[in-house]
Amino acid sequence: MKKVYSLSLIMVLALSVFLAACGNKSDSTNNASNGTSGSGGSSDVKIGMVTDVGGVNDKSFNQSAWEALQQVQKDGGASVKYLQSKSDQDYIPNLNQFVKDNYSLTWGIGFNLADAIKTVGEQNPKANLAIIDSVVDLPNVKSITFAENEGSFLVGVIAGKMTKSNKIGFVGGEKSPLIQRFEAGFKAGIQAVNPNAQLMVNYAGAFDKPDVGKSAAATLYNDGVDIIFHAAGATGNGVFSEAQSRVNSGQQVWVIGVDKDQSLIYGDKVTLTSMIKRVDTAVEKVSKEVIDGTFKGGVETLGLKDDGVGVADTSSKNVPADVLKLVDEYKEKIIKGEVKVPDTVQ
Amino acid sequence: MNTATPVVELKQITKRFPGIVANDSISFKLFKGEIHALLGENGAGKSTLMNVVFGLYQPEEGVIEVNGKPVMIDGPNKAIELGIGMVHQHFKLVQPFTVTENIILGSEPNKGARINYKKATEDIRKLSEQYGLRVDPNAKIHDISVGMQQRVEILKTLYRGADILIFDEPTAVLTPQEISELMEIMQRLIKEGKSIILITHKLKEIMQIADTVTIIRRGKVIDTLKKTETSPQELAEKMVGRNVSFKVDKIPANPGEVVMEMKEVVSKNKDGMSVLNHLSLQVKAGEILGIAGVDGNGQSELIEALTGLRHVDGGEITLHGKPITNLTPRKITESGVAHIPEDRHKHGLVLDFSVSENMVLETYYKQPYNKNGFLQHDEIDKKAQRLVEGFDVRTPSIHTMARSLSGGNQQKAIIAREIDKNPDLLVAAQPTRGLDVGAIEFVQKQLIAQRDQGKAVLLISFELDEILNVSDRIVVIYEGQIVGEVLPEQTNDQELGLMMAGSTVKRGATHE
Amino acid sequence: MNKVLKLFTKDSITLPVIAIILGLLLGAIVMMVGGYNPIEAYSALIERVYGNSYDFGEAIREMTPLIMTGLAFAFAARAGLFNIGGEGQFMIGMTAASIVGIHLHGLPAFIHAPLAIIAGAVFGGLWAALAGFLKATRGVNEVISCIMLNWIGLYLSNLIINTFALQSGDTRSVDIQPSASIAISWLSEMMGNARVHWGTLIALLAAVFFYIFMWKTKQGFELRSVGFNQDASKYAGMNVNRNIVKAMFISGAFAGLGGAFTVLGVFGYQSVMASSPGTGFDGIAVALIGMNNPFGVVLGAILFGTLTYGSAGMSFSADVPPEIVRIVIGAIIFFIAAQGIVRWLLKPFYAKRKKEKVS
Repeated sequence: MKKVYSLSLIMVLALSVFLAACGNKSDSTNNASNGTSGSGGSSDVKIGMVTDVGGVNDKSFNQSAWEALQQVQKDGGASVKYLQSKSDQDYIPNLNQFVKDNYSLTWGIGFNLADAIKTVGEQNPKANLAIIDSVVDLPNVKSITFAENEGSFLVGVIAGKMTKSNKIGFVGGEKSPLIQRFEAGFKAGIQAVNPNAQLMVNYAGAFDKPDVGKSAAATLYNDGVDIIFHAAGATGNGVFSEAQSRVNSGQQVWVIGVDKDQSLIYGDKVTLTSMIKRVDTAVEKVSKEVIDGTFKGGVETLGLKDDGVGVADTSSKNVPADVLKLVDEYKEKIIKGEVKVPDTVQ
Repeated sequence: MNTATPVVELKQITKRFPGIVANDSISFKLFKGEIHALLGENGAGKSTLMNVVFGLYQPEEGVIEVNGKPVMIDGPNKAIELGIGMVHQHFKLVQPFTVTENIILGSEPNKGARINYKKATEDIRKLSEQYGLRVDPNAKIHDISVGMQQRVEILKTLYRGADILIFDEPTAVLTPQEISELMEIMQRLIKEGKSIILITHKLKEIMQIADTVTIIRRGKVIDTLKKTETSPQELAEKMVGRNVSFKVDKIPANPGEVVMEMKEVVSKNKDGMSVLNHLSLQVKAGEILGIAGVDGNGQSELIEALTGLRHVDGGEITLHGKPITNLTPRKITESGVAHIPEDRHKHGLVLDFSVSENMVLETYYKQPYNKNGFLQHDEIDKKAQRLVEGFDVRTPSIHTMARSLSGGNQQKAIIAREIDKNPDLLVAAQPTRGLDVGAIEFVQKQLIAQRDQGKAVLLISFELDEILNVSDRIVVIYEGQIVGEVLPEQTNDQELGLMMAGSTVKRGATHE
Repeated sequence: MNKVLKLFTKDSITLPVIAIILGLLLGAIVMMVGGYNPIEAYSALIERVYGNSYDFGEAIREMTPLIMTGLAFAFAARAGLFNIGGEGQFMIGMTAASIVGIHLHGLPAFIHAPLAIIAGAVFGGLWAALAGFLKATRGVNEVISCIMLNWIGLYLSNLIINTFALQSGDTRSVDIQPSASIAISWLSEMMGNARVHWGTLIALLAAVFFYIFMWKTKQGFELRSVGFNQDASKYAGMNVNRNIVKAMFISGAFAGLGGAFTVLGVFGYQSVMASSPGTGFDGIAVALIGMNNPFGVVLGAILFGTLTYGSAGMSFSADVPPEIVRIVIGAIIFFIAAQGIVRWLLKPFYAKRKKEKVS
């Protein structure tokens, strides 16, 4: 009997080891790149970051922010750490975890954390906090927003010039004022260069639903759309996967990525260009302020002139030079104020 | 008949379950070409023993020998390999499949990757002819009668090459005609060189067909006898362990006024067919009206209509002259009808409730069991205790789950509850089904006692003996109609059997 | 009290306990393979939950809705129904509480807050009763209708908030009136602003109510009877259909209460939800761990809440990804569901004990 028992125990062990080996791969690699143990750098300054429900591997702004923080750590300025939020109830305790551990700065990534940052900021006036994509009006909170409409305008110019079917798509995440800013700028950019092009808009309603993104993209492509601009976080990953499968079967469709240069992930075959939102620049900049001791609350909006938004450098692979030249001209005009980009959808 | 080695021999088999010794060092010999009956009350350990032989249970002690060689039967497949087949009491057939498909299920003859139906059908037809089973291999199971389904089960074992057949209570579901046909089939099997173990608690069948009888009581072998050297009386006493009377003692009935009357009652099933077809009958105070009939001729529907579980589409049912047609079951119960249901597991009890809770299944909402919406557990337990003692329900405690009681004790609990309601009309549907001799005696006495107290009793049973012995008046139901009325002392089971089969031929007709 | 104890029969206590231990062991093995220190991780988990008053308060906040959705599933299960619509009922409860909390003005707190809570319970209950009604009258399987109603509940909630209570320029409702709040501000201050609220007390009372209703009242007798055996219940004169609707209503009311607490006690507003919060589904797991027993559900919610809330501590102090905690929870549920495996593992112990008794 005893033999049977120990044998069964060994089997359970073996099985779980096997499962672990399969399931844990991504975690461990991810964690290795964390470097949270802080190999280099002065350990006095600690910077924390709380993701929204998209998680740290959203291939979008959570990931950009985390990469920027890792860079900060590598440069020897601080030790960094992140916490993921599983639901919106987690935001406040996660922020508090850093605040109560006396972190020098705690980032809330994404406008979903605005209420939580506000609550925690009010309750801990001495703690330094920062938020991306939303404005929290407290002396100890730095609010970073971007003129996404300006960047979207530029990719709109590219889309308007490059479309063959004169049908262009937009896939948004939640229908919020922020995301509508993307839509507004994109639309204006298209209309500036190609008044005949038609923009078809689809809001997936979520930032963490690649499957919904995929079906939204399928609908648009089926309607004759050949370029889709997505502003949908992880939901947008579904847009890419739909485009990839179509490209693999010979159909020529494009995706315009968002936040980061997404051609680095999805390749040049499907990524026409990306509207870059330099979350990383902003995160690095503010984090350095903390290290230098110059951190101050307040609102900072980063637009084209600050290089806070822009078109990915790799665009030249798919976009002809004359179009890129046109883009540059519009960029100049926007910076000079000759072209006004709307920030709400008319 | 007694050749040197038995085909199956059990030596000192002991099988224990938690808290009970189901088989206590049982020894048993089956010789080639004989029908060996295994007789015992419910719970005596017959089925356990056969499940050991069939490989479903492993005995703690003892040896099984097949053809003189000790074997280890660790599963039904092994049993089949050794030539042992079992015809279960509850058929294990797939309803929408054909006879052939059911028989070859699990041992399909393959032709490449496909099943060779043609060969299978031919094999089955041959087997069927050889043993006189007359089964159509292409019929669907749900289209054929219960008797035919049983033959399919027999064919299944033969198809797998069984030489030793175990029949578990084979006659429980059959009509008298089907029973006599089954007897012929069994004799045919013996003639063809098979050996049979017959599990039963019916003495009549044993006297009719068995060669040898082994009696088991409480897990022990009491005796093994040759049929020719014994009598039903002796077998019954050995089985129960005390004197039993076969004759139901009762004084002549003294019927009073009509208590319940059904007039031209019509009820249709889902497909719009009339399952009760202008059925009329009366039950009087102080009499037991027996309803005889083959299963499926409207008995269940009659009871459901009467107790409010089925919608009546025409006609009228009255209790003491007041209409109770299509009232809710609760209203009907409250107006004085008690009902011992046909299926005690499905309708009679909530098996996961305690005995105590089951005792108030229909009265829990009444004073004193319920006060202001709260159950009065003390009162409920008091009642349960009284009924358990009064009706000799054997249970470790009134808080025991009904599920863990034996069939007989479950039935006693239901009868206790129903009689305790002091009804004007007691409807008893197959009240003794699956019970052993002792319990049957008890139930029948209770029914007669109710009659003697002036209650009207409606008895529905597929056991002709029961109908004949207990009823004061018999009506025969056929295809949803009452096709005849007879008095028990003026008829016999042959005549009833014919009426049940739809023949309106009266007295003097002979079988065939 | 004796009877309460009897509800936890020996088997129903040992099984979950063994399953929990096995689940934790499996989690430890996974951590070791991943190169983490399981002892450090588990102590970080415990530390995070019970280490200071703030986190303890927040952990209780995490457990409270789980108690409610766990009770919801368990209650329906006792009546033989598979209510996997806790999610939808939870959201409808949130929405009802939000609307009452936002749009009724000038009521004193002792009327306004209870009213908002009751609204959450009633509408959550009605949402579930809808599935019960469909089953009773049309024979629609409650599993299917509940899944549908979960989605409808999500979008209907969002629609209502968007239409009637949206804070302009944002994806959430305006704040509820202070009079509708059920936060316990003095306790919250004492616990470092942890979001503790009266809902926790109501949740515990709900478990007691569940027990009394199910096992002490006439109605509960009917529900359990219908749950075990519909045919026998019909035979005994009970109205099976009405009992199905009733059971679903009460079940949904539990889930709706959980939603109401979240709005009135935790956030003070309701977000437009991108996806359903998942509390209703977690409640199924909680009910399974608690063996559908109301007090077991409370214990299950404590365990589940500890694990979920503590997972952040694990990743903070021991760098273990929170997915590991999901593996642990999954393993616990697996071992509870696969009772056979646990029994099989226990067999040698039982056998040994038996032998000792004999000798």
